[in-house]
Amino acid sequence: MSLVHYLILAGILFVISIAGIFINRRNVLILLMSIELMLLAVNINFIAFSSYLNDVQGQVFVFFILTVAAAEAAIGLAILVVIFRKRKSLEIDKLSELKG
Amino acid sequence: MLEYLVSAEFYQIMLFYVYSFILLGAAMAVVTMRNSIYSALFLILSFFSAAALWLLLEAEFLALTLVLVYVGAVMVLFLFVIMMLDIKVKPNKGMSSYTKVGLFVALLMLVEMMMLLGKKLIPALPQDDLVKHIKGHSNVKEVAESLYTQYVLPFELASVILLVAIVAAILLTLRKRKDYNHVKPESQVHVKATNNRMRVVKMEAEKGNDIGGDS
Repeated sequence: MSLVHYLILAGILFVISIAGIFINRRNVLILLMSIELMLLAVNINFIAFSSYLNDVQGQVFVFFILTVAAAEAAIGLAILVVIFRKRKSLEIDKLSELKG
Repeated sequence: MLEYLVSAEFYQIMLFYVYSFILLGAAMAVVTMRNSIYSALFLILSFFSAAALWLLLEAEFLALTLVLVYVGAVMVLFLFVIMMLDIKVKPNKGMSSYTKVGLFVALLMLVEMMMLLGKKLIPALPQDDLVKHIKGHSNVKEVAESLYTQYVLPFELASVILLVAIVAAILLTLRKRKDYNHVKPESQVHVKATNNRMRVVKMEAEKGNDIGGDS
């Protein structure tokens, strides 16, 4: 069991969530969940390096990432509720008012 | 051989593979499920497996934090929003062009990452096995010592971020009722003492009546 195992695991997890962002065109909620999964992959990397290098600073960073991710999830869900009240759907393809 | 099969190292490796496969399977289920409730439940499973992996890495405090904060708070919030909104799930018809592009991009990224982890980088990584801490070693103490000395300012800033998130979430979802009779503080403040706060009304003095009185 080495660090490379954990790095490969985190890489695969990150790639799965990237694919999830592309695959989901129906639901903003699952997109938010994919972002949470990406952050989880990053956190696994941080903790693996922190444990193998015996340096606790990586774990402190994971703590901050968890805080910011919780705030992000709360604000994201609030925005999503407002969008749903306005347009009665969560389809990503229809959110094109800015015509980007 | 048999000794190796019952040894602690083999057990740890086995646990790593079991939790990793559960984690990756749950992550696949999160992104492919059509019903958001199933996605949220599989996300909870993946957070749990990740917490178990963090326990294997001897990061106990963060593993417990992940379960408490994510499974206990964030995922409950997700489930609450999913159940509150009436989301109509339309059937997906085949693979869209986005799906093909997405899978292509994901595979390309995986190949790129594996190339980075190739022959050149692996010898540069720390090779020896996980640092085993002695019995009685406290991960919480270790994290706290770093958090409250070197990183005390970011720690306070994190609390400010949480406060901003609370205010923003409440402000975004606040809905004003139309029939709500509220006091306008600005008009209350602008009342002048001489003109419109007190009004002297001249009227005749009331004559006392006897009903209900003793005398």
